[in-house]
Amino acid sequence: MEQPSDTDIVPGDIVPDDSVGAGALRKDVGDSTNAQNKPAENETVKNTATAENAEKRADEATDRKRARIDSRPDGHVDDADADEVTQPRLGVLGWLRWMWRQLTSMRTALFLLLLLAVAAVPGSLVPQHVADPNGVVTWKTQHPVLYPILDKLQVFDTYTSVWFSAIYLLLFVSLVGCVLPRLKHHIDSLRAQPPRTPARLQRMAGFRIRILKGVSADGVSANAQAARQAAIASAQKLLKASGYRTVVVETARDASVSAERGYLRETGNILFHAALVGILIAVGVGGGFSYTGQRIVVSGQSFVNTLVNYDSFNPGRFVDTGSLSPYSLTLNSLTVKYESKNKNALGSPLDYTADVTAVQNGVTSKKVIKVNEPLGIGGTNVYLLGNGYAPVITVRNAQGKAVFHDAVPFPSQDAAMTSQGVVKVPDGLKKQIGMIGFFYPTAKKLSTGAYASSYPDTRNPLLGLTVYTGNLGLDDGVPVSVYSLDIDHLTQIAGPGAKAKAIDLKPGQTKALPNGLGTVTFDGVDRFASLDIHHDPTQGWVLLFAILVLGGLLTSLFVPRRRMWVKAITQPDGSLRLEYAGLARGEDPRLNDAVASIADRHIAQLTGRSTGPAAPKSK
Amino acid sequence: MFDTLSQIFIYVTMGLYACAFIAFALDLARRSARATIPESVPSAVSRRTAAAEDLVFVEADGDGVVDAASSVSTSAQSASGGSATATATATATRSGRGSAVARISERIEGDVHTGAAMSTSLRVAMILTITGFGFHVLADAGRGIAAGRVPWANMWEFSMTGTLVIVGIFLLANLRFDLKYLGTFVLGLVCILLMIATTKYYVPVVPLPPALQSYWLVIHILVAIVATAFFALGFALSVAQLAQVRREHRVAADKPTRLRFLATLPKSDTLENLAYRINIVGFIAWTFTLIAGAIWAEKAWGRYWGWDTKEVWTFIVWVIYAGYIHARATRGWRGTRSAWLALIGFSAVMFNFGVVNVFFHGLHSYSGLTS
Ligand code: HEM
Repeated sequence: MEQPSDTDIVPGDIVPDDSVGAGALRKDVGDSTNAQNKPAENETVKNTATAENAEKRADEATDRKRARIDSRPDGHVDDADADEVTQPRLGVLGWLRWMWRQLTSMRTALFLLLLLAVAAVPGSLVPQHVADPNGVVTWKTQHPVLYPILDKLQVFDTYTSVWFSAIYLLLFVSLVGCVLPRLKHHIDSLRAQPPRTPARLQRMAGFRIRILKGVSADGVSANAQAARQAAIASAQKLLKASGYRTVVVETARDASVSAERGYLRETGNILFHAALVGILIAVGVGGGFSYTGQRIVVSGQSFVNTLVNYDSFNPGRFVDTGSLSPYSLTLNSLTVKYESKNKNALGSPLDYTADVTAVQNGVTSKKVIKVNEPLGIGGTNVYLLGNGYAPVITVRNAQGKAVFHDAVPFPSQDAAMTSQGVVKVPDGLKKQIGMIGFFYPTAKKLSTGAYASSYPDTRNPLLGLTVYTGNLGLDDGVPVSVYSLDIDHLTQIAGPGAKAKAIDLKPGQTKALPNGLGTVTFDGVDRFASLDIHHDPTQGWVLLFAILVLGGLLTSLFVPRRRMWVKAITQPDGSLRLEYAGLARGEDPRLNDAVASIADRHIAQLTGRSTGPAAPKSK
Repeated sequence: MFDTLSQIFIYVTMGLYACAFIAFALDLARRSARATIPESVPSAVSRRTAAAEDLVFVEADGDGVVDAASSVSTSAQSASGGSATATATATATRSGRGSAVARISERIEGDVHTGAAMSTSLRVAMILTITGFGFHVLADAGRGIAAGRVPWANMWEFSMTGTLVIVGIFLLANLRFDLKYLGTFVLGLVCILLMIATTKYYVPVVPLPPALQSYWLVIHILVAIVATAFFALGFALSVAQLAQVRREHRVAADKPTRLRFLATLPKSDTLENLAYRINIVGFIAWTFTLIAGAIWAEKAWGRYWGWDTKEVWTFIVWVIYAGYIHARATRGWRGTRSAWLALIGFSAVMFNFGVVNVFFHGLHSYSGLTS
């Protein structure tokens, strides 16, 4: 690339036009050398053009340079000067400046981007706490030596780790440092006029000439000037109609219009980068103000959106847990459909539909929640993320008095919905009892004598219970999960480890508990829905910024930024020489076509007929 | 029934593609031969001269016809090269002193947009590819009818549709640019992918699980497939670019060159520009995939981003290609280095599909395969 050696030009400023009227008078020292350097020029041009060569050459150099300069970050390919040349000034301020320049340079941005890609990899190789907490536990038991090391390195929390955060934060600081100056420069250039026409268009892209014959008798009359102006005015109109911003420059000998379009490209680029920052901020802020919670609801039961009603609850740092938006949901029914015909997919779920009654602000309404169709209510989204069976179990004491009656959710263990649950009866019997139950919606006896479920729907429901006695630990004031039973301190009284066999019940059946404790009844089975309730106030913002990212990307990659010039020069024989050329600023594969099209349309406008792609005849 | 038909068609497709691959390879071999007999190539100078129309005389007054059309060859621009290329090309043309090989390259350069005269093997290859593509469409449609939904809900279907789109975009792109020299690569890749898919990924038609029952399945995955297809083409161009750069260096150093057919391909700058243009289309589609995936995840799983393995790799691919775009705008990285990033990017795309889906656990386990 040719590097002009003249002084720096501030982007967008106008070089004083001293070529007016001077061309013919000036003695030109550089004439002969220039004429040799340039590609052979058309004879007709030469007479008038060579006289001004030296001066034009200087202009051209500045034009070309100015065209290249942009407020791009350091290291951008279009930069005029290499940053190896810039010496850091000594002193604290100098060093800070130098560091800032390094951080906001193109090369650093690239490095940080690639680093970010590499840093994201480990998190996909080992399970993450956020996505797969059980996986982390399993991994720990499988790799007892490696685990503590990786844990120290925060590999199980890769995406919140110090090192990962450091990379993306640096990247975003760099990004802001990049975008702000560009924004300022862009606003300036939006206000400025297009830079004036270069003295020589020959070297620009898509250069072409049209000679309009018989415009005037000679090259000097007022007539000729008027023709020139008219031609340029029409070119200006044409360019304006094509979305160019234009400025007309006139000299004694020629008139030209300088035009630029595609400012949207830079706008898009800046919008894109700014929207990325927007996403980061929205996500960050959202984390503080959002909450997620889970709740299992058996059909017929209700959920009220207050803290105590959650089975688990994860609030962001700034969430006021005392004032969740008040509403309640009652699960009327949960309908599940399974595939029963396709032999390759017997028992795979086809549909889950939860019919709920919502009460909010005293208004009652019926709603449906499905997978992929969450219910939006009170600023939260309610998702149906799980389901299962809840056998209804009644325990009576020896006197026949019911001491326990409930639909107990049994989380499922496999695709055939073999489900396991726990029943705790602390009061009302002679001793506290705990039962571990297995529920088989379609029970099938295996050769081992054990049961398994062969189909997820309730075709042959069976409930098997093993019974333990002892202290359930419910009175110690320590919270205990309702879904697990700590059998270490309990004595089994029914089941494989005890004299009495496990209690197997079909719906409606009642059987005696061992040791004359009483009876247990399997009344029937309900379904439960596992609801996730999420509140994220910035989710919409994230989406908005994401759309801006996409929009910015589209405009910045597909809107061509280009300059275009049309110059009219009156020639001694009275004809008008029209020159057309363009300059790409960034990727612009269609520039040549654009210049050609403008030229054709311009000629068509001037002559009232289309020259089309002039049928070329060989010379 | 339809699924069986679909399978039969896919085997027919594979057969045709394999033949097309061979024909494309023969064409490359022919190009190697052609590169050694430069005299047989029609002069580039005459064609270009005929095409150039820098200077046109027009009658200003009234109704005469275009007076004369003559041409000078100042600054003849190659259709897509940077101005440096163009100038070099023009110089070669003007001086007529360019080596024979340079002239051939230049001719191809000019053909990038216009389409060259095809060799017999190339014509046969294109016909085979188009016929194969027809069967491919039938196979894909058959699967869709058998399943009663869009045919891209598990890895088998994704492979089938994905390869279909790769070939489709290859054919489409050929309407605008002459990319036929990529045929060997594209058909080779597609054959391998289909081979792996038929032996490893086939699953019978099963109904969609509730989590996949969404219009986002149509949008999100289709756009992902399109993005993948563009990245595949971009990858091929970048490989060609790297090979071409090597060759150009060897030519410049007067060393013997090996892959001689490269002499009949566009210059490395042209290849790079094409690769870039194709890759950015892929990148935009990928960006959309990412966003659409997040929207869907929010609906289906209750959060828009959860660093699930598949999400992580989609993100990694995106960042690598963002790196590629920046590299191309960074001094010292344009050209060879950024091309390498495009290769890494596409490898990540393939990894994301072939490895992450099958061997990594996560919410995205929709491969339909049971391990
Ligand atoms: C999160 C980090 C970043 C991402 C994901 C990113 C992504 C992108 C993408 C996709 C493009 C191409 C689309 C367009 O032209 O608008 C682009 C262009 C660009 N980016 Fe970034 N960028 C990031 C950070 C930066 C930083 C820190 C800088 C400054 C050093 C920077 C400077 C540029 C420039 C100058 C371009 C235009 C390239 C050209 O001339 O073709 N970007 N960026």
